Amino acid sequence: MTFTPEVPPAAPDSHPGVAGTTTAFTVNGTPRSVAADTRVTLLDALRDLLALTGTKKGCDQGACGACTVHVDGRRVLACLTLLAQCEGREVTTIEGLSRDGRPHPMQEAFVRHDGFQCGYCTPGQIMSAVALLREDRARTDKDIREFMSGNLCRCAAYPNIVAAIRDVAQRGGVDADL
Amino acid sequence: MRTFEYVRPLDVPDALAAHAGDTATAYLAGGTTQLDLMKDGVLEPARLVDITRLPMRGIFTEGTALRVGALTTMEELAADPTVERRLPLVREALLLGASVQLRNMATIGGNLLQRTRCRYFRDPGVAACNKRAPGSGCAAVTGPARMHAILGVSERCIALHASDVAVALVALDAVVHVEGPEGDRSVPLTEFYVEAGTRPEVEHTLGHGELITAVEIPRLPETTRSGYLKVRDRVSYEFALTSAAVALDIENGMIRDARIGLGGVGSKPWRAAAAEEVLRDAPPGPAVFREAAEAAVTGAWTVPGTEFKVELAKRTLVRQLTTVSEVAP
Repeated sequence: MTFTPEVPPAAPDSHPGVAGTTTAFTVNGTPRSVAADTRVTLLDALRDLLALTGTKKGCDQGACGACTVHVDGRRVLACLTLLAQCEGREVTTIEGLSRDGRPHPMQEAFVRHDGFQCGYCTPGQIMSAVALLREDRARTDKDIREFMSGNLCRCAAYPNIVAAIRDVAQRGGVDADL
Repeated sequence: MRTFEYVRPLDVPDALAAHAGDTATAYLAGGTTQLDLMKDGVLEPARLVDITRLPMRGIFTEGTALRVGALTTMEELAADPTVERRLPLVREALLLGASVQLRNMATIGGNLLQRTRCRYFRDPGVAACNKRAPGSGCAAVTGPARMHAILGVSERCIALHASDVAVALVALDAVVHVEGPEGDRSVPLTEFYVEAGTRPEVEHTLGHGELITAVEIPRLPETTRSGYLKVRDRVSYEFALTSAAVALDIENGMIRDARIGLGGVGSKPWRAAAAEEVLRDAPPGPAVFREAAEAAVTGAWTVPGTEFKVELAKRTLVRQLTTVSEVAP
C-alpha cells in the first residue's frame, strides 16, 4: 500500500476575487509592478518576488531593524509595511546604494572598521546609518547610539558600527567622495 | 494571517464609506500595531482601509493651540519648531517613544490607539485574556507580570497603555477630533480613554468606524517649564517601566499651575489630577513633591511582579518635578 500524504485544502479566501493587488512602485530607481496577495509585506516582496535578498528578515515584528529600507527617502521597517501601501513610492534597499560600481561610502566604512561579525543585521544597520547622516544626527557618539538604537546587533559589534558612522560623518557625510 | 481585502480611499468620506462600521473592517495607518497584531493572529480583519493617503497630515497653529493632522508622523511632530520651543514634554516623549524607523511610520492618531504590549494579550495561544476574549479571565494576574499597569486596573485586566506621547498629551488637555458616519465631534483626551474596569475590551470611546482626523494640543504659556522622564530597563528603544510628563508654572516661588501625566502605570494614559491639586499654590520643594507623588499612586492595585512600580512611579515623579522646577533635591 502506498502512503499518500494528505494535502490540506487551500485556505479558503474569505473575500473571493479581492485578495490580490498590483502595486506599481520604484525600487532602486527601477519602476516595478508586482501582483501579489494583499498580505505580502514590502519585506517579503523584495526578498521573494524581486530577488533582492539584501534586506534581511530578523524578527518580522518591527523590533530588530534588520529590514530597514528607505521609502521616499525615510528609513522605515519593511516588515511592518504592506507592499500595497508602497503604490507610487520610491524604495531604496541596500542593493541600491552603490554608485558607478563602487560601494557606498558607508559600506566602505563598515568594511574598514569591521562593523559587523555575522553580518545579518548589517544591511539594516547601513540603511539606517545612511539615513542618520541625512537627518544630520551623527554629531556625537552618544547621538549615534541613540538614533541607531532601532537596529539591534546580536553579535554586539556596536563599537565598530559607531566608529564607522563617525568616520563617514567626519569625512563630510554620505555625499563626500571618500 | 487571514486574507483580507485592501482598499485605499483618497478622502475622508470615502474612507468612512469603505469602513461602514463593519466589525470585520479596520483602518490601517502606520501599521506598526495593526500589522504586528495581524501577524500574531490577534487581529483578523477581513478588510483593511488604508487611510495613509487621506489629507490629514500637517501641523497648523489655531489660536493658542496646535492642530496636528492625525496622519502626522511621530518624527514630523517631534521636529516641529513650535513643539520644540513650547512643548518640550511632547517632543521628549515622542523622541523617547520608539526608534527612528518606527517614528517615521507611526502616526499620531495611531499612537493614541495603539494596543497594549501585554504578552498574554498578544499571544492567542493564551486562553485567559479578558481584553482579547471577554470573560476568559486574565493570565497576567496569576502569571509572570512586570510590564503591566497598577492604576485603573483590577483582577480582570492589568494591561498597560504603553504610549509615551499620550501621557504628555493627556496632561496638556489635548482634544481629539473625530469624524464618523454620524458626523464630526471633539473629545477631550482625558475623556477619550476608558479604564479597564469591568470591560477590559473597551479601551476608548471611539465608535467602530469613527476616524481620528486631528489632535489639538493647547500650547503652554511662555512661563511654563516642562519635560518628560522615562525610566526603563535599557537606555534607549524600550518601553517605560514608569514615566512622568510634567509641566509647571512657577511664579514668585509658588506653583501656579501643574500638569502631570504618568506612563508605565495606567490602563490608560494617566492624568495625575490629585497630585496636581497638591502642588497648586504650594512652594516647590522635596516635601510637597513627595506628597504629590503619594497622591498620584493612590488606589494602586498590584500583583507581585508590579509591586516595585508603586515606589518607582513616585520617585520618577519626584525626580521630574525636581528637574522641571530646578529646585535643589
